[in-house]
Amino acid sequence: MSEPILQLKQVQKTFADTNVLNGIDLSIAQGEFITLLGASGCGKTTTLRIIAGLEQPDSGRVLLGGNDVTDLPPEKRNVNTVFQNYALFPHMTVSENIAYGLKLKKKSKAEIRQTVQEMLSLVQLEGYQDRRPSELSGGQKQRLAIARALAVKPQILLLDEPLGALDLQLRRQMQFELKRLQKQLGITFIYITHDQEEALNMSDRIAVMRQGRFEQIGTPNEVYDSPKTDYVARFVGEANILRGTVCKVGDPLLLQTDAGICAVACSGCGLKQGDTACIAVRSEQVQFSPYREGEQGLRATITEKNFAGGMLRILLTFADGQTVVASRHGIDLPAQVGEEMLVHWQPEHAILVQQSEEADR
Amino acid sequence: MKRKKIRPSHLFLALVLALMYLPILLLVIYSFNESKISSVWGGFSLKWYQQLLADEKMFEALANSILLGISSSVCAAIIGTLGAFGMSKVQSRANTAVEYLATLPIMIPEIILAMVFLAFFSLLGLPFGMTTLILGHTAFCIPYIFMLVKARLVGMDPSLTEAAKDLGASEVRVFFDITLPLITPAIASGMVLSFAMSFDDVLISLFVTGVNVNTLPILVYTQIKTGVTPEINALCTLMLAATLLLVLVSAWLGREKQHSIETKGE
Repeated sequence: MSEPILQLKQVQKTFADTNVLNGIDLSIAQGEFITLLGASGCGKTTTLRIIAGLEQPDSGRVLLGGNDVTDLPPEKRNVNTVFQNYALFPHMTVSENIAYGLKLKKKSKAEIRQTVQEMLSLVQLEGYQDRRPSELSGGQKQRLAIARALAVKPQILLLDEPLGALDLQLRRQMQFELKRLQKQLGITFIYITHDQEEALNMSDRIAVMRQGRFEQIGTPNEVYDSPKTDYVARFVGEANILRGTVCKVGDPLLLQTDAGICAVACSGCGLKQGDTACIAVRSEQVQFSPYREGEQGLRATITEKNFAGGMLRILLTFADGQTVVASRHGIDLPAQVGEEMLVHWQPEHAILVQQSEEADR
Repeated sequence: MKRKKIRPSHLFLALVLALMYLPILLLVIYSFNESKISSVWGGFSLKWYQQLLADEKMFEALANSILLGISSSVCAAIIGTLGAFGMSKVQSRANTAVEYLATLPIMIPEIILAMVFLAFFSLLGLPFGMTTLILGHTAFCIPYIFMLVKARLVGMDPSLTEAAKDLGASEVRVFFDITLPLITPAIASGMVLSFAMSFDDVLISLFVTGVNVNTLPILVYTQIKTGVTPEINALCTLMLAATLLLVLVSAWLGREKQHSIETKGE
């Protein structure tokens, strides 16, 4: 594999006694679409600002195409940012906004005119070149911000929650457009979001961040199907987390939880009798059937049913008060709130995960 | 029913407005008075305006006032803008203190400022005249520019300057390409205000001016010592018209400013 276009080495940053970044390492390949996914305050924006040069790390290095750029100011880095609030220059027209970076690079007038035209057609803003940003809709502002950053042909495009201010329908549409742009241009995109759906839809790789660390870096499939920690399992696609002690080794092994015994696939997981373990089960993998004495499963009561986001969500509560969520297509099912159920799942759908450690902050 | 309830407050408003504007209206009316005695109406006439336009001393004072107003508002604009911009760049606890110090001249009684300027300029041995006038007026105009520009800078989205740097602009380019165009309405409206303050000032001008350098307000002041002539009424009416025009211009600039803040906030 060729040299990574961007490398972060042990990057650390502290704001007012709070460790925002705890020595993170990241390596990104040319042409990759990578998403930093995490809840607000996890350090993803700080990471992006350090890559852009708008923030200085306390320690650690930033390498761009193999060159150390840690001490270079933003204007000397071939990296451009699409800001969360777009940061369009209100006193310039659409074409002046796009041309600004090119003018700074002292390109010829003809070249500027040509690039501006290219960018306008790339983001489908032809005919709008003489408007002011205030005369554009949210989606158009968004596309202008992208065009302005792409006009100077950056090695990497940084996008800080660029779709956050748009409504759901427009957001879905822009996801496709962004992905199309990235494929077409072959530019490396580093994308920040707290929306797992956006991350799963667009990324080549997802880096799940929590408390200034990467919990897991992997393809959307890896992150979704084999989450490393319970945090990743809960954050990316809803998962139910259960903890227990191994009461019988083998494949599947049996795990004694507070709610009862359940089977977990274990091929070479290395767990021994008496070890504590944590499993994640996706809500769509949770099965349940009316309770019958003597059958395999965990006994639970339906405590809630609601219809949200095209799925029916059923909340099941165990005797000890723990709950699991099951999801189904369709808008209702015969089982009613208050009925006793047996909850079970295929052993291979119970994914062994590590418990996220509490980082010292 | 409704009208009855509102009526007393209407009356009060009318009374207040009358007390504020009736004297001004009288001054304007008497400037067209044929009679030489102010309190007697002798018929409509423009002769005081004709007399005024033939008065060389008046034109000299007008030229002085305009030169003074423009010079001091330009100087104050440069110093005030640089001050406000510099303070926006530095995050320091001293900022609040500096801010109070910079705007204090507005609160200090003018007579004290006038005394201070007089004593200070004598101490420096500066010859009194246009130079001292410009220095004094610049000093009391700076706070207006400073406050308006600072408010504008505070309201500016910091990611705009970050975006410009991100696209390759140096600090200097960021200032001239992004910051300056965005604070220009505030500077312009501050300059109009400064000009109006300077044009209108008597006290400080009286203290720091030299022999034979008259501004328009000083001329008015020295002339009424010998009695209010209708010619002064005519001069004041013209000054009033000019001031109204400035107020309108300032309001118009302010409207522009609000408009662009709104578009940014969207």
